[in-house]
This record gives sequence, C-alpha cells and structure tokens, in this order.
Amino acid sequence: MPRRGDLGRRGRVSSPADVLVVGASAAGLATVEALRRKGYSGRVTVLGAEAHLPYDRPPLSKQVLAGDWEPERARLRPPDALSSLDAEFLLGDSAVSLDAATRTVRTAAGRVLTAEAVVIATGLRPRTLPGQENLAGVHVLRTLDDTLALRADVWPGSRVVVVGDGVLGSEIAATLSAMGARVTLTGPQPAPMAMQFGPLAAGLLARLHTERGVELRLGTATIGLVGKNGRIAGVQLADGTVLPADVVVVAFGAAPVTEWLSGSGLRCDNGVVCDSRCRAADGIYAAGDVARWHHETFDSLLRLENRTNATEQAVAVAGNILGEDRPYAPVPYFWTNQFDARIHVHGLLPADAEVSIVDGSPEDRRFVADYRVDGELVGVLGWNMPKQARQRRADIARVLTPSG
Amino acid sequence: MKVTVDEEKCCGAGTCVLLAPAVFDQRDEDGIVILLDERPGEDLHAIVREAASVCPGAAISVGEDA
Ligand SMILES: Cc1cc2nc3c(=O)[nH]c(=O)nc-3n(C[C@H](O)[C@H](O)[C@H](O)COP(=O)(O)OP(=O)(O)OC[C@H]3O[C@@H](n4cnc5c(N)ncnc54)[C@H](O)[C@@H]3O)c2cc1C
Ligand code: SF4
Repeated sequence: MPRRGDLGRRGRVSSPADVLVVGASAAGLATVEALRRKGYSGRVTVLGAEAHLPYDRPPLSKQVLAGDWEPERARLRPPDALSSLDAEFLLGDSAVSLDAATRTVRTAAGRVLTAEAVVIATGLRPRTLPGQENLAGVHVLRTLDDTLALRADVWPGSRVVVVGDGVLGSEIAATLSAMGARVTLTGPQPAPMAMQFGPLAAGLLARLHTERGVELRLGTATIGLVGKNGRIAGVQLADGTVLPADVVVVAFGAAPVTEWLSGSGLRCDNGVVCDSRCRAADGIYAAGDVARWHHETFDSLLRLENRTNATEQAVAVAGNILGEDRPYAPVPYFWTNQFDARIHVHGLLPADAEVSIVDGSPEDRRFVADYRVDGELVGVLGWNMPKQARQRRADIARVLTPSG
Repeated sequence: MKVTVDEEKCCGAGTCVLLAPAVFDQRDEDGIVILLDERPGEDLHAIVREAASVCPGAAISVGEDA
C-alpha cells in the first residue's frame, strides 16, 4: 500500500501546466472548481462519458424519480457557472485507457489526451443479476437516463420488486411506494439498512416502510430473475418463493469503474488505490466513489460512496495537485430521505457500537443517537434532527476504527 | 458577492455552517439552511465559494454584486 511520502518525494513542487479530469460528475466538477478557487490558471479539460451537463445523483432516487423535479433541476451548476470555470468539457466520450507513465488517456471517440496531472473520477457502475439485460422491465439506478427509464415503466398499482436492502434500494422502495406502486423490498438483512444503522434505527426504518405499504421480504437472498416472453415476471428467492413483478429494480451495490485502467500500471483493487494524498501514481489522483485511499486517522484503505466525500475529496485532490501535500482524513457523512424520514449519519456506525438516544425520542420519529465503542463516540445518527446531529460531529473521536 | 440559497435543494447537511458559520445557519426544526448574510465581506468570499462548491445539495449559488 502506498504510504504517505512514498510518492511524495517524487511529487513536483510547482503546479502542473495542465490538468485532465476523467469523469464529469460531483467529484470531477468539484476538482475543477477547487483548482480555480485556489488560483490555478492552467489548462483544464474534463472528459465525461455522459452527454448530459454535469448533474447530481442524490435527487435521482428522490425528487427526479418521484417526478417532483424536471431533470434540469438536478444539474450541478447552471451552464453559465460552468463556462465561467474556463475548462473544456468533452462530454459524451469516455476514456478507454490510461498510460500512467506518460499520463495519456485514449477515448472511445479516438481522442488522445495528455496532461501533467490526471484526476480519475469515474464513479461506480451498478452490479446486475445474470440475464437482466435481456429482460424488459428490469432496471438499475445510477444515471439520469436510468431514472427516466424506470419512471416511465412504473404506474400506480405496478408490482415492483426492489432487490437490495441497502440505502439505495430502501430509498427507491420508499419513493416508488409513495408514487402509488405496490412495492416489495427484498434483501438478505433482517431489516433495511441493518448493517449500516444497527438494529434500533433499522428496526424503525422497517416499521416506517411497513406502515407506508412496502412489503418487506427480508432475510433471504435473491437467486435470479424469472422472465416471460422477454419481459420480467418475477424474482426468485433462496427460500423457493417467486415474487411476482411487473418491474424490478436491482440495487444491491455497485463496483468502481476501473476496467478502463487495466494495463495502466495503476493498482486497482475495489477502487483506485491511493496514498493519503489521494495520489495513485506520480501526477495521477483519484476522487469520489472510485477512490480507495489511505485514511491516516483510521490507518486503513477506505472507499466512501457518498456525496460529501465526492466533493471534499475533490478539494483535497485539487490542493495536492497544487502542492499542498495534505492528507485527506474526513469524518464520513451521508444522508438519506425515505418517506418523511430525513436520516443523517456522521462518522461510523460499527455493528458492535453501543447506541444511546441523546436527544428527542424514537417514538416521536425525531431523535439523535450516539454510537460508542469503548466509551468513545464514533458516530452519530440523526432522525429528522439534522442540525442537532451535525452539532455532535465535532465530538466524534479523532481515533476511529472502521467497521471493516 | 451576492449569495443565494435554494431551500428545496438543501438536504440539511450543515457543511456550509461548518465552513462559514457567520454566513450560514440551519433551522432547528428541519436543518434547512438559513442565510445569515447574503452579502458577506471580502474576507469571507473564499470560504463562501468553497461552501457553494462542496454543498452536497448544490443549493448555494454565488453571484457577483449587482
Ligand atoms: C440514485 C442515487 C442516490 C444517491 N443518494 C445519495 C444520498 O442521498 N446521500 C449521499 O450522501 N450520497 C448519495 N448517493 C451517492 C452520490 O451520488 C455519489 O457518492 C456521488 O455521485 C459520487 O460522485 P463521483 O463524481 O465520484 O461519481 P459519479 O457521480 O458516479 O460520476 C462519475 C462520472 O464519470 C463518468 N464516467 C465513467 N466512466 C468514464 C470513462 N471511462 N470516461 C469518462 N467518464 C466516465 C460517469 O458517466 C459519471 O458521470 C446517491 C447515488 C445514487 C446513484
Ligand atoms: S451545505 Fe448545502 S445542503 Fe447542507 S445545509 Fe448548507 S445549503 Fe443545505
């Protein structure tokens, strides 16, 4: 594992003449903004596989799926703010290879791009079930196009099965159920998000979903999909049941987009492996969901899939490109909205943590819970109390152990 | 500098408050952003731009003074 300083000695002192960012979403855009904010005036190019102007993903499973927002409302920046960055956006073209030694990126359209600093911000791609691409009515949710396709396939009364009881699956189940679909949520855990939240908050989430009409079929694995005449008909569970379905959403995790880096010379292992400066090799950095970097406080490799990490890591990368030489060691944070619950999590919520309510009450569906390990505060969960949860963030122990 | 916030986009993260408590606060009841100072002084411009850039709801816009 590259450690602090390993690559640093070879790092350049002056700032690079040009920067190429691969991936034009939250992390990629925030890198460019941070470079400019820090006074960088060199050439900046942003390569993005999607043809859309950079947009935000959290609203996809919330307001955009629900139809409350037009897709344009999810744009990360208005077009004039993008042009004021004085960066060249090459959209609708994807990187197909990188040569780390010369920092040369080749694209699907045949471009050859070279820069003194390259930032990898290619995010994740959803995992899928075998055969799902051949069945109409089976969806994933990562992009705007995915969202619009799912939205167009669901109508009030549709039988929807969401495969995946993590944050994304639970959120999609909530949104589709509120839209009038008959939703079943299935996954291996005893309650939605049980691994992330622990039994208390996950139990409350299970109650909320059940009250609002989501059928929970948890604690069982999904074996595969059942089709009929090229369209989805059901989801086969390990216990033998087939859940009938008009539409299926597969949301049981996503993998870092790193295939294009094979042969690059970079180490990819559940993400682009980086040192504490988010540097994968001399002049090459990674930010956002794709980056697995050495978190100095945790003293381990960490990869986070959340929105604030994408931007905050991008700020760190921009600083390190410009020679700040600072480790990136954030207190993790994410939020999720499900029905009327706005849940905010700061720090880590390890499975063995002792959980205590420190503000509000679960009965009122408004509370803050502390998560402690050996008496030390390692995480905070706020349920409809975002401000009060955030105020405890500063107390989260500096020395944490990630849950594994 | 003129700052605007979009309450509907705000997810209540409070990132802005952590960065620039003189400019942003959150409502006690639902955590939605409160703009304390829509024309912050020069010394705050850099940090307010950073808050706008890292806001996870893309809810903060910074424009030039009219
Ligand atoms: C539906 C949904 C809801 C979410 N909700 C929340 C939430 O409520 N709270 C939260 O904290 N987080 C949430 N997240 C997570 C958050 O959106 C991500 O952490 C964030 O988008 C990561 O940003 P990124 O820039 O690293 O990656 P991405 O947003 O995945 O962007 C990567 C970009 O790179 C492009 N790309 C990929 N390969 C190539 C290539 N070879 N060449 C060029 N471009 C390429 C992709 O097309 C994409 O545009 C959600 C995610 C999703 C999908
Ligand atoms: S950082 Fe953005 S989303 Fe968070 S409270 Fe401030 S305005 Fe709202």
